[in-house]
Amino acid sequence: MKYDILAIGGSAGGINALKKVLHNFRYASEVAIIIIQHLSPSSKSYLRTIVSGMIHMNVYEIEDKMQIKRGTVFIAPPNYHVLIEKDGMFTLTVTEKVCFARPSIDVTFESIADTFGESAIGMLLTGANQDGGQGLKLIREAGGYTIVQNPNTAEAREMPEYAIKHADPNEIIGLEEIGSRLNQIIISAGENR
Amino acid sequence: MNDFDFKHNNEDVETFLCIEAIKLKYGYNFSEYSRAHIKRRIKGRLVKSGLNNILELTHRLIEDEAFFRDVLLDFSINVTEMFRDPSFFKYLRENIIPILQSYPKINIWHAGCSSGEEVYSMAILLKECGLYDRCQIYATDFNQKIIEKAKDGIYSLEAIREYTKNYILAGGTRSFSDYYFAKYDNAILDLELKKRITFAEHNLVTDGSFGEMHLIICRNVLIYFNRTLQNRVNRLFLDSLIKGGYLCLGSKESLVYSDVFEKFDTVSEEFKLYRKHLKA
Ligand SMILES: C[S@@+](CC[C@H](N)C(=O)[O-])C[C@H]1O[C@@H](n2cnc3c(N)ncnc32)[C@H](O)[C@@H]1O
Repeated sequence: MKYDILAIGGSAGGINALKKVLHNFRYASEVAIIIIQHLSPSSKSYLRTIVSGMIHMNVYEIEDKMQIKRGTVFIAPPNYHVLIEKDGMFTLTVTEKVCFARPSIDVTFESIADTFGESAIGMLLTGANQDGGQGLKLIREAGGYTIVQNPNTAEAREMPEYAIKHADPNEIIGLEEIGSRLNQIIISAGENR
Repeated sequence: MNDFDFKHNNEDVETFLCIEAIKLKYGYNFSEYSRAHIKRRIKGRLVKSGLNNILELTHRLIEDEAFFRDVLLDFSINVTEMFRDPSFFKYLRENIIPILQSYPKINIWHAGCSSGEEVYSMAILLKECGLYDRCQIYATDFNQKIIEKAKDGIYSLEAIREYTKNYILAGGTRSFSDYYFAKYDNAILDLELKKRITFAEHNLVTDGSFGEMHLIICRNVLIYFNRTLQNRVNRLFLDSLIKGGYLCLGSKESLVYSDVFEKFDTVSEEFKLYRKHLKA
C-alpha cells in the first residue's frame, strides 16, 4: 500500500517537535501533509511562515474548498475545524470545540480515516490535553499507519500518553528518530506495492 | 483534478438516503451542503440519541418532527459574534465606507445573518460614519427561529464583554455601552439600531434575488455548502449587486475557487472583499 497522506497533530511544544520531524523527512513530495497544531484563536496565521522555513515545499493555510495535493503542506487555520470531502477538497467548519480545541485533531483525523483510510499515516506529537487519541484510533481501525511521539521525548506528555493508551498505535518513536523512521515506512510501502 | 480516489462506504449511502428522506418529508434540501459536514453532524446526533445506525435515525426523523428539528439545528451552525474578525470591520470603515458615501441611497444585504450580531455591528459602524440614515439593510437567514432572535437584539452581558473588545479593535469611536442598556444578565440593543434593518426568512438554496445591492455580506455560510452550491449562490450574489457593488465573504472563504471569480476585482484577498466589475 502506498501512502497518500501524512497527518500530524500537535499541541504544547508542537512547533519545535514539528521542526525536527520535517527536517529529517525526505519524501514530502510523495504525500500530502496536513498539520493540525493547536493555536490561540486570535493568533494571526503565522504558522504558515514558520513551517515554510522548515521544508522546501509549498505551504498553504487551508481555505474552504481548497484542493488537496501531493507534495504540498496544508495547515489548519486558527479557530476552524478541518474536514475532508470525498472529492478531495477541504471544508472548514466552526462547530463546537472538541477537547477544548478548534481546530481539533480528533475531528480531522476522523475525517482522514473516513476518506484516506489505509493510505493515511497519522502522527501525534507532544501536547498537554487529550485531543487526537480518538481520531488516531479511527485511522488505525481504518487500516492506516499510526505513530505517537515517545512521551519521554515530549515537552508535554499528556497527549501522547493518552493516545498510546487509547489508540494502540503501530509505533511509539522518540522525537529524534521520527523523521528517519518515516522515510523507511514510506520507502518500504512503495516497494511492497 | 483530484489526486486521490476515495471510496463511498455504507455510511455514505445511508447519509445520502437520510438527506433524501428529509427532502421528501420536510422540503429542506441538504444534498448540496458539504457532505463531510452533514455526515459528521448526523453521526454526532446518532451518538447522542443512542440509535444504532443512520437508517434508524432516518426512520425516527420522518416519524417524529421534533426529532427532525433537533437534527436541523445540528446542520445549521449559528455561531456568530459582534464585530467578528474586528480587522475586517476596521477595513470596511477605512476603505469601503468612504466609497459608499457617494451613493444617495445604499442597499446592504446580510445573507445568513444568524442571531443578528453581525448586522447590528454593521448598523453601529454606519451610524458612526454618518451613513446609517441613507441605508436600507436586509438581514436574512433560512432558520426562522434564529431570525426571531435576531429581531430581539438581546444578548448576554457576558458575550457583550467580548464584543466590547472586538468593537474597540474594529476602530469604534464611541463607548460601546452607548448602544445597549443592561437588564438582569442581558444587554438590550438600542432600538435605533433596528430602524433601517428588515429581517426576513430567505433560503439561499431555493430563493432568488430581491433587489439591487451596493454591499452583500455573507460570511461563514458558504463553508457549509459544496462547491456546486457555492457557485450558484455566488452567481446569485453577482446578479444581486449593482455594477461596482461589493461582496464580503468569511475570512477563510475565497472567491478564487468560484466560477464567477473573473466577474469581480479582488479588493482585499486578506479580508475576502471583492468588487463586481464596473462594466459588467
Ligand atoms: C455560522 S452562521 C454565520 C453568521 C454570521 N454571518 C457570521 O459570520 O458571524 C451561518 C448561518 O447561515 C445560515 N444558513 C445555512 N444555510 C442557509 C441557507 N440555505 N440559506 C440561508 N441561510 C442559511 C444558518 O442558519 C446560520 O445562521
